[in-house]
Amino acid sequence: MPAVSMTVNGKAVRAEVDSRTLLVQFLRETLRLTGTHVGCDTSQCGACVVHVDGVAVKSCAMLAVQAEGAEVLTIEGVATGEALHPMQEAFRQNHGLQCGYCTPGMIMTALDIVRRKGHELDDQTIREELEGNLCRCTGYHNIVKSIAAGARAMASGDPALKAAE
Amino acid sequence: MYEFTYHRASGLRQATNLLGKHEEAKLIAGGQSLLPMMKFRLASPSDLVDLNKIEGLNGIELTSRALVIGALARHAEVHVSPEVQQGIPALAALAGLIGDPAVRHRGTLGGSLANNDPTADYPAAALALGATIVTTKRKIPADEFFAGLFETVLEADEIITKVSFPLPKKAAYQKFRNPASRYAIVGVFVAKRPSEVRVAVTGAGASGAFRVPEFEAALQKRFSPKALDGLSVPAEGLASDIHASAEYRAHLVGVMARRAVAAANG
Repeated sequence: MPAVSMTVNGKAVRAEVDSRTLLVQFLRETLRLTGTHVGCDTSQCGACVVHVDGVAVKSCAMLAVQAEGAEVLTIEGVATGEALHPMQEAFRQNHGLQCGYCTPGMIMTALDIVRRKGHELDDQTIREELEGNLCRCTGYHNIVKSIAAGARAMASGDPALKAAE
Repeated sequence: MYEFTYHRASGLRQATNLLGKHEEAKLIAGGQSLLPMMKFRLASPSDLVDLNKIEGLNGIELTSRALVIGALARHAEVHVSPEVQQGIPALAALAGLIGDPAVRHRGTLGGSLANNDPTADYPAAALALGATIVTTKRKIPADEFFAGLFETVLEADEIITKVSFPLPKKAAYQKFRNPASRYAIVGVFVAKRPSEVRVAVTGAGASGAFRVPEFEAALQKRFSPKALDGLSVPAEGLASDIHASAEYRAHLVGVMARRAVAAANG
């Protein structure tokens, strides 16, 4: 079996995997990082979005062996210790979830939107950018609110959210 | 997904040799079409030759005559590239309509052309712009490249390295998307070139993207949506499925073509 080495949430990992292993399977089953979800397994729903070398990808549409040498960031690597990331905190504050299944992918996509589009995001931009992330509770309204608030909080170093805690 | 042997190619020669050695091998670049097909067991290659680590296949270069894009350029890179936005803004816009943001971070120009999905966007652009597909063996004009559903004239051990798009005077792409899959139900790319007008359609053809000579001739005389008054494409031979009937697609070709001409005229 081929070996694969990568950095996941800042930690170097190495494992032997079946070539067929998807990146999402590697994260969930080999590394036991089960925050990344499998919703559709057909690259539609976005529950499996992680960052590979700084950009959002669907980890069900990439082989683990293709992440050789890559820096991978999953939802588990987003917070700092016990303190939630401003984007996570914004989802909490704005009730940006119902069942929560899509939430890890939503947050990883949200961080990618901020990277590309900045901190002042209008609803239209957020909704367009979320076209690869499905919420089956149809809770988009609060998700959009959360992302706008989280983006602003990331710019301001998060004072409003800190005060609310 | 069936078992396969994975090879990480470090250069084009190695990749070519691997393709020659394993008859049932396939190339993988972004993998956004191939991996889903392998999951459904619609594709079952014995070997996967991964091109992603090969250097020099993802550059984007704008010259006075053409925009040259490396085969490994991701849709997201094409979408935001200043060279593409300056040289052929319609192509930058098209790249931003493919799939969704995460898919665009992986999917590649070369992969899209080689796959020749009948509802993919790039084939229409390649045909309308009169692109040349450069491979490890030769230069293939887009008009000769596509060979029916998911088929091209690429040989088994031939690899696309870059695509050269001659700069048009004006161009625009209009796409009527399936809101679920984001593939084109009908997409029309119109290009006014120095010597001719080309109109290429994706999504509608039962055997892939095609040009519409009647529209081209009319637009050659007058590059205006009005030039298409009274013209339409026949429904016979167009794709018909749960998403749209052939008649509806034929109608959409006319609508999207008119909109594309209007958009190209700005």
